[in-house]
Amino acid sequence: MAEVAILENISINVHEADFDVAGLQRGLLSGLSEEGAVATFTGYVRHANDDRQVFTLELEHYPGMTEQSIKTIIDEAADRWPLLAASVVHRVGRLSPGDQIVWVGVASTHREAAFSACEFIMDYLKTRAPFWKKELGPFGETWVSARQNDACRAARWQDDSIS
Amino acid sequence: MLKVLFFARTREELACSGLELAWPDTRLDLYTLQEQLCTEHGQSWRDILTQDNMIRAVNQKVVTDNCELNDGDEIAFFPPVTGG
Repeated sequence: MAEVAILENISINVHEADFDVAGLQRGLLSGLSEEGAVATFTGYVRHANDDRQVFTLELEHYPGMTEQSIKTIIDEAADRWPLLAASVVHRVGRLSPGDQIVWVGVASTHREAAFSACEFIMDYLKTRAPFWKKELGPFGETWVSARQNDACRAARWQDDSIS
Repeated sequence: MLKVLFFARTREELACSGLELAWPDTRLDLYTLQEQLCTEHGQSWRDILTQDNMIRAVNQKVVTDNCELNDGDEIAFFPPVTGG
């Protein structure tokens, strides 16, 4: 059996409050000594989705399963790339256009692993972590539908040629 | 005891966030539990719980096939996820 990489520096937080990306990045690096690269992604609430104006976004999740599924995704990333630390923050509750909604940070010795793992975690988070968005706007309210494009982006990681 | 949870659109359509059911003291699998819920709650529940894109999780792990359940399990039904 292949040896499985165990990444110990993992942080996963799901909460309503806003977050400070500079502080998160400092936290990601704290205690590390071999870091050479950090890649981060910040997602924001869009002002319009499919040409529909959005006033408010409501984020629901499945407490417990959410954290566990993100942990599984990070473990998979750590098995593919040599990572030093990984952190995911995802907000829930009521959000407004322009608000920060998700942050992913990955530290590694070199940029290639950091870039790839950050994108991998984000792609899998969108298709596997149990969050659901409801949009409220002039049209009323509607649950956001899953996008085929997100499934395609996650599925391409199954193709070994790009990992 | 079994805990059954519903999330997002599924929770709203069923007007139910969850149920607690007594363990039947016999073998029970996921599809049989689902059939019991549909029988007990009527056609509207059947229409929703049997939707093609319904996702089922047992003890917070997604399952794509039928599986045996055990006393104390947590079962969840929810639509495709849309986080990030």
